[in-house]
Amino acid sequence: MKVLVPIKRVIDYNVKVRVKADNTGVELANVKMAMNPFDEIAVEEALRLKEAGGADEVVAVSIGPSQNQETIRTALAMGADRGIHIEAPHEIEPLAVAKLLKEVVAREEPGLVFVGKQAIDDDCNQTGQMLAALLGWAQGTFVSGIEIKGDSANVVREVDGGLEHLEIKMPAVVTVDLRLNEPRYASLPNIMKAKKKPLDSMSAADLGVDIEPRLTITRVEEPPARAAGIKVSDVAELVDKLKNEAKVI
Amino acid sequence: MSILILADHDDGQLAPATLNTVTAATQIGGDIHILVAGDASGEVAKSAAAIAGVSKVLTADDAALAHGIAENVAPLIQSLASGYSHLLAPATTTGKNIMPRVAALLDVMQISDIIKVESADSFQRPIYAGNAIATVTSQEAVKVVTVRSTAFEAAAAEGGSAAIEAASGSADAGLSSYVKSELSSSERPELTSAPIVISGGRGMQDGSNFAMLEKVADKLGAAVGASRAAVDAGFVPNDYQVGQTGKVVAPDLYVAVGISGAIQHLAGMKDSKVIVAINKDEEAPIFQIADFGLVADLFDAVPELESSLG
Repeated sequence: MKVLVPIKRVIDYNVKVRVKADNTGVELANVKMAMNPFDEIAVEEALRLKEAGGADEVVAVSIGPSQNQETIRTALAMGADRGIHIEAPHEIEPLAVAKLLKEVVAREEPGLVFVGKQAIDDDCNQTGQMLAALLGWAQGTFVSGIEIKGDSANVVREVDGGLEHLEIKMPAVVTVDLRLNEPRYASLPNIMKAKKKPLDSMSAADLGVDIEPRLTITRVEEPPARAAGIKVSDVAELVDKLKNEAKVI
Repeated sequence: MSILILADHDDGQLAPATLNTVTAATQIGGDIHILVAGDASGEVAKSAAAIAGVSKVLTADDAALAHGIAENVAPLIQSLASGYSHLLAPATTTGKNIMPRVAALLDVMQISDIIKVESADSFQRPIYAGNAIATVTSQEAVKVVTVRSTAFEAAAAEGGSAAIEAASGSADAGLSSYVKSELSSSERPELTSAPIVISGGRGMQDGSNFAMLEKVADKLGAAVGASRAAVDAGFVPNDYQVGQTGKVVAPDLYVAVGISGAIQHLAGMKDSKVIVAINKDEEAPIFQIADFGLVADLFDAVPELESSLG
């Protein structure tokens, strides 16, 4: 079985994001970029499945500008076997991404797609569910545990009230949550080896998908700033302030 | 215009986030209908019909619709979509699971997690963990939207008298089946709707130390939360997590104990009305947004806080 892992290149999660002065977006020039952390977890899970004998090939796919090839190389250095780069503008909506991935799935015929539950840039949390819908496949979302049993998988989902167990028929799309695993670091020899691994490149047009945005972002602004308050000297003063000044207890 | 809201419920009770979603729908304007899809969810439908401002409740009762199985609920919503200008759901794990599937079936782009209605086709939503706010405009024929419940007041749960009608068209897609739930049982209020939240971070050092926070929570009628660091360290389960990838809360009072204040955590609580931070590191970023900061060892301060609450 083949596992397909879509990965997104985003601003590194440690970077403090700055809104552009003209309010058209956030500053991306000269900002450190990295693989979306949830997608790293997806890559790791695919690799563990392969190492346990449950998969025979892990294919990483990324959609975006040519720099996304670096992100694919990171996945290859972690241990993915092969990469696919689909050239597209940086700002591409989840629906268009899902349509492109559907075409990749048609060509690659994976048994599972592992993808991060959300990207930490647009925070949409849509792509996996949309891909599953377009394919007519089962979806296991926000997953923190997975066990494959023949042609189905038991998944543990992180839901608001706790955990939910589902049995999903394969092929399926699984969107992964934080606690599924701890992604490995790529070793130097593996980073060198990754440079020789196959990486195909194609354009969105090659796949016959319309990627024109459906939504218009008319303005991006800083959230209202929250002013720092005061320091209290002890617990007694804190309780007094909460009771008599803020009146919240 | 007319708006269909997917009710969030567990077949027994309507989730409060549905009420906040009704308020967002009221701000969009138009007829407001609620869909209760589930199995034997008659009580939920009655609750939905009583919400002020709702004109109709559609019920779809089928074993395949229990537990909000997305593969079965999404085609039902798709079949009901024509005639609606907007399809809304609270941005709970149920709404987040189902609505993108609906949007893709309808070939429209979803607008996730809105915090403000600018007009019927324009909405504000946070991006980059709330470090930027985007205003997004949609020309789609039907707008599929999830609503951040803490950004909207709850609609009145009583006062309405909507008609209840049965909707047909549900079937089991045969793709997913529910096995079981492991729900955290707690006598305390639910995290996202609690008026007071007390959260612990890595500074708690150990899961057993959360008992200190629980004692304070019980005196205040508060819910207990945690930072991702505390969840990652295994101190508490993931459903305690407040932050970009966990729950978003906006209580009247948020007490952050032993939490440094990473931007991912702030994303989940910075809209709280009053924020208290207790941390021994006076340089901790949490103090930059706290209304009341106490630089102290939490192992001294928290028991003292508990005893001073009487």
